[in-house]
Amino acid sequence: MSSMNRREFLQMLAAASVAGAALDSRPLLAAGNADALYDLPKFGNVHFMHFTDCHAQLLPIWFREPSVNLGIGTALGQAPHLVGEHLLKAFNIKPGTREAHAFTYLDFVQAAKTYGKVGGFAHLATLVKRLRAQRPGALLLDGGDTWQGSATALWSKGQDMVDACKLLGVDMMSGHWEFTLGDKRVQEIVVKDLKGRIEFLAQNIKTTDFGDPVFPPYAMREMNGVQVAVIGQAFPYTPIANPRYMMADWTFGIQDENMQKMVDEVRAKGAKVVVVLSHNGMDVDLKMATRVTGIDAILGGHTHDGVPQPVTVKNAGGQTLVTNAGSNGKFLAVLDFDVRGGKVQDFRYKLLPIFSNLLPADAEMAGYIDKVRAPHKAKLEEKLAVTEGLLYRRGNFNGSWDQLILDAIMEVKGADIGFSPGFRWGTTLLPGSAITFEHLMDQTAITYPYSTLNEMKGERVKEILEDIADNLYNPDPYYQQGGDMVRVGGMNYTCDPNAKAGSRISDMRLHDKPMAADKTYKVAGWAPVDPSATGEPVWDVVGRWLKDKKTVSTRKVNVPKLIGMKGNPGIA
Amino acid sequence: MNTTRRTVLKSATASGVLAGLIAAGALRPTQVLAADWNKAAFEAHDVAGALKGLGAGASADSKDLMLRVPDIAENGAVVPVDVVSNIPNTSSISILVEKNPFPLSATFEFTNGALPEVSARLKLSQTSMVKAVAKADGKFYTAQKEVKVTVGGCGG
Repeated sequence: MSSMNRREFLQMLAAASVAGAALDSRPLLAAGNADALYDLPKFGNVHFMHFTDCHAQLLPIWFREPSVNLGIGTALGQAPHLVGEHLLKAFNIKPGTREAHAFTYLDFVQAAKTYGKVGGFAHLATLVKRLRAQRPGALLLDGGDTWQGSATALWSKGQDMVDACKLLGVDMMSGHWEFTLGDKRVQEIVVKDLKGRIEFLAQNIKTTDFGDPVFPPYAMREMNGVQVAVIGQAFPYTPIANPRYMMADWTFGIQDENMQKMVDEVRAKGAKVVVVLSHNGMDVDLKMATRVTGIDAILGGHTHDGVPQPVTVKNAGGQTLVTNAGSNGKFLAVLDFDVRGGKVQDFRYKLLPIFSNLLPADAEMAGYIDKVRAPHKAKLEEKLAVTEGLLYRRGNFNGSWDQLILDAIMEVKGADIGFSPGFRWGTTLLPGSAITFEHLMDQTAITYPYSTLNEMKGERVKEILEDIADNLYNPDPYYQQGGDMVRVGGMNYTCDPNAKAGSRISDMRLHDKPMAADKTYKVAGWAPVDPSATGEPVWDVVGRWLKDKKTVSTRKVNVPKLIGMKGNPGIA
Repeated sequence: MNTTRRTVLKSATASGVLAGLIAAGALRPTQVLAADWNKAAFEAHDVAGALKGLGAGASADSKDLMLRVPDIAENGAVVPVDVVSNIPNTSSISILVEKNPFPLSATFEFTNGALPEVSARLKLSQTSMVKAVAKADGKFYTAQKEVKVTVGGCGG
């Protein structure tokens, strides 16, 4: 433990006693477990490190895990659809501990102050180096959503993250938001920057004309005398969830028939361990694991679920481990296999939270990050306002950050209703924090940031809500897209996730009056996928509003009334 | 592989090829005046009517009839549909889109041992069941799967 941490620890104790708070064991554990947390004994002879969905967060941040992550149908009450105490209980994590803070929203503000920020590439780099030293030959896998999510990633067209990943020593990656830089830019990076360093893998991307593969489907390596294969699976619904014109010549999809073919192919070539690096989302991965045989583990992302332990899925060929490694650089997963006699005998898995004050910054990576930020420092650190309340995004229906965006765009554009997309990335700000331009970009930095104002009939509003609700709550995961529900401002509605497609949404009201199917409403939004859409970037609209407010009061988060979700362990 | 494809193209009858063009929107049904044009089937407004027109009143699901469609369409205007029949003596394959105004989108006929394997691009007006119907030795076999058509956006 560094002296800095001891000082912070002492300050915490002082603060706790001044506040008259009962001095529980938490701060003591916070300090005492520092080294124990990362002291992970080596197991077996085949090792993977996995992070995913870091969304270009180079610096340590806060990230509040969701208090609403509903599972319906067969997903009811199953990982990853467990929040708060339910998650702690299922994974045997002691409440009030550092780990409980990492995996849940519980007591978030206080715990965040106690344990400090999470993530940051310089801290991640330190951990990767430590693990590599213990585990020679270990592969570092990046599940994608790496080149998008921050101002510097947007302004450098992903370059800051590409170079950071090379420095970190990523061996293989797949993707999703990467493609919103445009197919040509992705190809350029693969050819110019990644060649010979990072393999970009995707078995499920083909050209729309002849069905030729765009990227290598898999890569094979020999690790400590064992042949291993990593198969890439990009986000299957990229051209649907994001603007299709950005990757118009490519077709995606789940393609589990081809996945089976690839697994059989690498097995035939001698692979004793087969791992899929997946951006399917955890529910899709869980289903895929029942259908495709011969995969030892699916290291998953997309749905941003920090799942402490793998789910073991039985299938006709044996079993497949399915994991999900959270988001925003908050976690690094370590998967060890003991391979003997040409077979996986046993495994160990640990999803390590990156607590940045427990892992000293790697000097080389810290220097690189400073260099990347230097030219933009003034703009990034521009203070727009102060928030009185906690600002977070993640959750099935809404978050206070999205509420702020909704309030801003509705007020600026004079709209009755606001729509903000159900993105799962976006960091958290503690009450009393300054909101800088960089923080605003952490919520909005995309290549189609246009703010819009449309006139829509009540009927159309319902259609849109129904459509997106089905993308989230279709009982068959293969029909889900893995985002959260569109955030809605101004109007209220009732949602029955268990209902059939087209009849989940009811009782739509504006200012307490029922909305009419044929009445026209003014709807403000942003991030349109339509190729003809234009508009002022949403960060300019919200930025102006923030500067005008100077202090933003705690937002009243507008969420729908839910039917049939009582007792669901996916809701607080 | 190329030889096989050529055989398929050569052996598929005129009605099959034209049906493909109709499905692609290149031709309107009225422009097709082939003698064996199945007016009753192609102009039916529901699946039951189209099946009746095809003479497929009774049919059974078959594992040997493979229908490959996306779970969610990337573009509802051009949804790739592949059908492969492993049923011996398959003489025709039809594709129906339940929710389209005219559900029967295409019929392909196979003669002289042509490989019963077709690929088409269909327009789906909305989320719909897509159904493949194969005819072999006078019997009809089916396979179906739902294809979702969505407004998109908001994912991830």
